[in-house]
Amino acid sequence: MLRLPDFPLPDERGRFGPYGGRYVPETLIPALEEVEAAYKEAKKDPAFLAELEHYLRTFAGRPTPLYHAKRLSQYWGGAQVYLKREDLLHTGAHKINNTLGQALLARRMGKRRVIAETGAGQHGVSVATVAALFGLECVVYMGEEDVRRQALNVFRMKLLGAEVRPVAAGSRTLKDATNEAIRDWLTHVRTTFYILGSVVGPHPYPMMVREFQSVIGEEVKEESLRMFGRYPDALIAAVGGGSNAIGLFAPFAYLPPKERPRLIGVEAAGEGLSSGRHAASIGAGKRGVLHGSYMYLLYDHDGQITPAHSVSAGLDYPGVGPEHSYYADQGIAEYAGVTDEEALEGFKLLARLEGIIPALESAHAIAHAAKVVPEMDRDQIVVINLSGRGDKDVTEVMRLLGGEL
Amino acid sequence: MTTREAFARAKAEGRAALIPYLTAGFPSREGFLQAVKEVLPYADLLEIGLPYSDPLGDGPVIQRASEEALRKGMSVQGVLELFREVRALTERPLFLMTYLNPVLAWGPERFFSLFKQAGATGVILPDLPPDEDPALVRLAQEIGLETVFLLAPTSTDRRVETVVGYATGFIYAVSVTGVTGERERLPEEVRDLVRRIRARTSLPVAVGFGVSGRETAAQAAVADGVVVGSALVRALEGGRPLAPLLEEIRQGLLQKEPA
Repeated sequence: MLRLPDFPLPDERGRFGPYGGRYVPETLIPALEEVEAAYKEAKKDPAFLAELEHYLRTFAGRPTPLYHAKRLSQYWGGAQVYLKREDLLHTGAHKINNTLGQALLARRMGKRRVIAETGAGQHGVSVATVAALFGLECVVYMGEEDVRRQALNVFRMKLLGAEVRPVAAGSRTLKDATNEAIRDWLTHVRTTFYILGSVVGPHPYPMMVREFQSVIGEEVKEESLRMFGRYPDALIAAVGGGSNAIGLFAPFAYLPPKERPRLIGVEAAGEGLSSGRHAASIGAGKRGVLHGSYMYLLYDHDGQITPAHSVSAGLDYPGVGPEHSYYADQGIAEYAGVTDEEALEGFKLLARLEGIIPALESAHAIAHAAKVVPEMDRDQIVVINLSGRGDKDVTEVMRLLGGEL
Repeated sequence: MTTREAFARAKAEGRAALIPYLTAGFPSREGFLQAVKEVLPYADLLEIGLPYSDPLGDGPVIQRASEEALRKGMSVQGVLELFREVRALTERPLFLMTYLNPVLAWGPERFFSLFKQAGATGVILPDLPPDEDPALVRLAQEIGLETVFLLAPTSTDRRVETVVGYATGFIYAVSVTGVTGERERLPEEVRDLVRRIRARTSLPVAVGFGVSGRETAAQAAVADGVVVGSALVRALEGGRPLAPLLEEIRQGLLQKEPA
């Protein structure tokens, strides 16, 4: 029976230490209180959990395998590498774990209209999918720049019956799409449920999205006990807003330090941290407020948000979830950066050695593993979260590589 | 002139106070100062917005104005200088409208002190529900700034109770669920919201969002004050003079709908 785990944080005000909270226009406060109350009730309702489990299993394709990447392990010559195959899920990424949960919650709350923001389009496709599944009206906001980069996902969303609204404001990427989704929610708050795609935004979203995603880490826990009789030595995941990483990390993060695997989040270093063109909020950001949450964030001396950059549209976000911000301060997890170029190498490497084309987001985790795994012993175990598959990125990668391999 | 006096003076004239909003640095630095001079004869209080990269409570008009002001180089330093210049023109209460992140970036103590020195009467913080950071609210008050918070039609009585507990100066009642921008009519529930706020505080209540002309001004005038923002900014965008619009709105404030 599926269970949505309880964690020690956030506190009742939605804080992970100083991070998180609810920095939103007052109009939304009652709506957030309503979502929080409905979620807390649903989480304890066996009927809700049974239905979520049913769809996760029969519609999304859970549980996902923990796959031993033998050729990759051999190539790196260090620890044994296992891939958590979220890329095999319906719609091609981990996003569906969360969207199924939130759509069921929306339905339970009697909201017939759902809205979402999307960057790479993976979350948007996932929301459009569950909206079709449950017969909900669906509007997805997407930055114009991302609409261009991810044309195929735009068409997918339309096929699924969603309306895609391009956002021309600001940097025309995920942050601006999120602003516009929040504005829509402000306007239609009484009839609309906002399906947020990452562990960002105002409380209860970082908590709720984490718990829907924590099925990833819970499965890894169970599988590794069964397969190895112990927990892995290290877990590696890409971090944009941070939902796939939190999903993997959270079930391990609050263990006593001695039992806890090494947790490594990989941020997009874009063209390098010194170039200013990156999305490394923990690596190079400061504490601030965006989209309702206090977190590590990229902004200038006046507090103006600076546009993030990454080859991967899904990591192209100038902030990082409040729980990651907390993990970073407390040393619960460590965070590293991987450049666009390194990520492309990871992308090619996994394709050639394992026959798996990863999403560019996940390719960041592979690229960082290339630095960590060779330093480890052969009897050690590393789990990399393969959060999504790379079909959506093939056109962009072909463009970047000039069609040459 | 204190905020209370400004509202009282309007009341003595049998009307709601008129509070024009302008985005600092829009349509340009000089254009903004010109706009201030145009609105001052009509303004009981003045609200000046610090342009921000991600104004998520604002509709398209103020978003465009903010982007344009930033593109032309407006900065926190620049807004401070504009405050000093506006303060030299008027005794009226001047409120800074700012999203939270610029305050955090400068450090709240430094930020609030500098705006106090530059002549600001208070701050309006649209993305800070006051109970999220009571220490920051107290700090602004200790520095001598009034702290204005928003309440919305969706605010429960319990939220109204909480928020008015932190407010000084006046209460900003949002007329619609949504972002800033002109509307043809305001929803009837604005009347109910003003009543619910008045039942819990003696501070003046100003209605904002959606006021676009005579009719909406009359609807909003059930409150003690009316904020007009997007309609003015859009007139500036179109290069039109502001006086005719302000004249029309003032007529609306005189003919308030029966409470």
